[in-house]
Amino acid sequence: MGASDFSKLPHIGEELRRKEDYRFLTGAGQYTDDVNLANQAHAVFVRSPHAHAKINSVDTSAAMKMPGVVGIVTGKDIEGKMGGLPCGWLINNPDGTPMKEPPHTILAIKKVRYVGDHVAMVVAETAEQARDAAEAVVVDYDVLPAVVSVSDAANKQSGVTLHDEAPDNQCYKWTLGDKAAVDAAIAKAAHVTKLDLVNNRLVPNPIEPRVAIGGYNRATEEYVLYVANQNPHVERLLMTAFVLGLPEHKVRVIAPDVGGGFGSKIYLYAEDVCLTWAAKHFNRNIKWTADRAECFLSDAHGRDHVTHAELALDKDGKFLALKVHTDANLGAYLSTFATAVPTILYATLLAGQYTTPQIYVEVDSWFTNTAPVDAYRGAGRPEATYLLERIVTRAAWELGLGQDEIRKRNFITQFPYQTPVALQYDTGDFRACMDKSMKLAEVDGFAARKAATEAKGKLRGIGYSSYIEACGIAPSNIAGALGARAGLFECGEIRVHPTGSVTVFTGSHSHGQGHETTFAQVVAARLGIPVENIDVVHGDTGRVPFGMGTYGSRSISVGGAAIMKALDKIEAKAKKIAAHLMEASDADIEFANGEFTIKGTDKKIPFGQVALTAYVPHNYPLDKLEPGLNETAFYDPTNFTFPGGTYICEVEVDKQTGEVKIDRFTAVDDFGTIINPMIVAGQVHGGLVQGIGQALMENCVYDKQSGQLLTGSFMDYAMPRAEDFPMFKLDTVCTPCTHNSLGTKGCGEAGAIGSPPAVINAVLDALRPLGVKDFDMPATPHRVWEAMRSSQKSA
Amino acid sequence: MQVQFTVNGKAKNLDLPPNTLLVHALRELMQLTGTHVGCDTAQCGACTVLVNGRAVKSCNTLAVQQQGAEITTIEGIAAPDGTMHPMQAAFKECHGLQCGFCTPGMVMSAIDLCTQHPNASEAQVREQLDGNFCRCTGYQNIVKAVMLGGKNMSAAPAKATATA
Repeated sequence: MGASDFSKLPHIGEELRRKEDYRFLTGAGQYTDDVNLANQAHAVFVRSPHAHAKINSVDTSAAMKMPGVVGIVTGKDIEGKMGGLPCGWLINNPDGTPMKEPPHTILAIKKVRYVGDHVAMVVAETAEQARDAAEAVVVDYDVLPAVVSVSDAANKQSGVTLHDEAPDNQCYKWTLGDKAAVDAAIAKAAHVTKLDLVNNRLVPNPIEPRVAIGGYNRATEEYVLYVANQNPHVERLLMTAFVLGLPEHKVRVIAPDVGGGFGSKIYLYAEDVCLTWAAKHFNRNIKWTADRAECFLSDAHGRDHVTHAELALDKDGKFLALKVHTDANLGAYLSTFATAVPTILYATLLAGQYTTPQIYVEVDSWFTNTAPVDAYRGAGRPEATYLLERIVTRAAWELGLGQDEIRKRNFITQFPYQTPVALQYDTGDFRACMDKSMKLAEVDGFAARKAATEAKGKLRGIGYSSYIEACGIAPSNIAGALGARAGLFECGEIRVHPTGSVTVFTGSHSHGQGHETTFAQVVAARLGIPVENIDVVHGDTGRVPFGMGTYGSRSISVGGAAIMKALDKIEAKAKKIAAHLMEASDADIEFANGEFTIKGTDKKIPFGQVALTAYVPHNYPLDKLEPGLNETAFYDPTNFTFPGGTYICEVEVDKQTGEVKIDRFTAVDDFGTIINPMIVAGQVHGGLVQGIGQALMENCVYDKQSGQLLTGSFMDYAMPRAEDFPMFKLDTVCTPCTHNSLGTKGCGEAGAIGSPPAVINAVLDALRPLGVKDFDMPATPHRVWEAMRSSQKSA
Repeated sequence: MQVQFTVNGKAKNLDLPPNTLLVHALRELMQLTGTHVGCDTAQCGACTVLVNGRAVKSCNTLAVQQQGAEITTIEGIAAPDGTMHPMQAAFKECHGLQCGFCTPGMVMSAIDLCTQHPNASEAQVREQLDGNFCRCTGYQNIVKAVMLGGKNMSAAPAKATATA
């Protein structure tokens, strides 16, 4: 079935209330910490208090005598018994040599490299006993100097080496595009806009902390790992094949209800490996629940780029070339997909929505004495969008053009469009998004609102951001050629039961996205059965055939397309059964609204009768058709999908305090076909608040000398709260994706990608009259006030 | 230490270590796992329950401090036949939840909020929710849900009284 036919089916576009909500609203959700296994002990990790130190000794003798202690595992105990945590994406330097890939041992052996690094795991009968015993583990350290900020790593003056394999702390250099052509275009351009910016480091902070339970069954020799994770099959693959050397069929990974992820629960973490291994070692089920302080210290962080960019334009404001240099902080070790974020997921997006003919990007990635940095909602694409949309707005101001006008002059209008940075956009209508957004934002009334604000003694500004992103990384073979060490397909299984109800098994994972509803809508639409008769199962390697999980806004476009393929198979087989029952030829059977009919007649039978016949095959073509109605499909996309849109933000700035208030925020997105508009709007809301949070308040700060995390709790790291926002105005444009059967593009990250530059452009627009040209996120009252003060002083 | 209180209308007589947090007593001794722990500094609000009708962060109070209290958790607010409390129903209707982890605390806070301020404005709702974090919804639909739930609580006051 094609995307056009699909979008017209019943239930598609319906704001169905969520099937999963009742359990969450009545306290019946089952998150990993709600699971308790028999004979369960508890683990606590001894973590490094130093950013960089040599370990002289780890003395567990006193701790071992503490009440309730089951056992303690140190780095030396597991040395040689397992591999280190793998990195899932190989990046090569321009000369073809591979990136530096130092070992990421599960527990530190000779050195610790960030505050929070894992030194030992203490297992005791209760969590309190484990915590007490962990405090009695004596670690003798020689503290070493640390290199903390990416700028300090990049200038190579620190004299610090984290890993012997990378003496100057560089993991790789990576380039994309034609440098000579870009330099030539910049040299003869009528105008060049330059920009230096920092993309501030963030802590993902899903409200459910990381948590895991390792278990082992001596009878079956099977391991089980319950874990708050976004992709349990990937977790199992990485852990069995790369770390523990276990056969996959002996390990079951279950990610039950998961309380948000935003990227931070994609990765295989040291704790997961320790718990799984130790379950057999101690013959105990072992639970570990992170406290929030541990989440701050040891969840993979996001962003942390320092960038210089130059945009060359002709006299009419047409973009001629873009040149970008970025230093990216990878943290102390390579997290699972860390290396892909500042490269494949970043540089390839730098054409944005524009026809810039030449782009050259150079990325230097650095190890620092900080927690590993990896994908966080958007992953590379927010960094690209922030850079591009900031420099485009700055160019507009330098040339005296409107923020909308400069974008309109440069929009791509013909599709498919091959960018100079490897991607081929299949479809889009950027001008339609811009026009709709400007109308919804009531841009015509901005001048009057600005005057009213100024009459109150405040400042008002407006900021634009026209973003594009790439979702559902694919296809697997091209990703493999670019360094991916895993496939990027998805798997779906449709199990029609004899009574006509359906269980859907999907390799996608819902941790808030509402798949149990959206995927059920897809199946209900196709099979013409009630949504109530469809259950969606995910998050269990013991039940779902395989899966790559949920990240990169891939679930509906890749996971949904796999389900569509399985439904095609179901429909094809069911038609044969129906043809047999109605004594017609297969080719004459039509299926719609849950009924099989013979073309041109009023003969029909319902889906339920076909399902029952498949399992009670008395009147059945057994000579040419197997009984049963159960089909599995794998889908590997032929291209990324490309959601895009225009966001417009209006802020008021208090001149006395520097406080920025979001007065209105308008988001018009093109997500292609939308299955459930209510759920999609919810995804946009959440993304916007994470993006606006980055722009206005969130900031992960380490002490530059000691490497201590200064923002290590919710008391120190500003999380967005309800009172920080107005109601947003949302709308959509629909150009269906041309290469999947649903026409969908994905919506999970758009808000976080598009919003930060819209906010900062608005703040800068408000401050322009005072002579403020630039400052870095987050636009806290202190920073804004300082910017206003320093511009006044210099004026 | 001995402590007696009611949880969702049922009398509890417990012998606990004095340092047991209320949230741990609920989750571990009574298997009421709908009340969640999201932080260690009483900021996130995922552990919010009602103590004598007022929203309290159960990670921030000892169980033994609750002598004689009436405690209500997310498991105790639906009708015996499973019909959701108006605030629960409003969260579903308005899509005021995504991953569901902050939801029980958010709903309990919202019930207290709307009991104290039956006709709360949007600005009041936003301000009063400052003790509860949600990382998924951007608060947009939560605010709508609280306003709808509050309206429906006023319309059906009998149902709004927690527990039986």
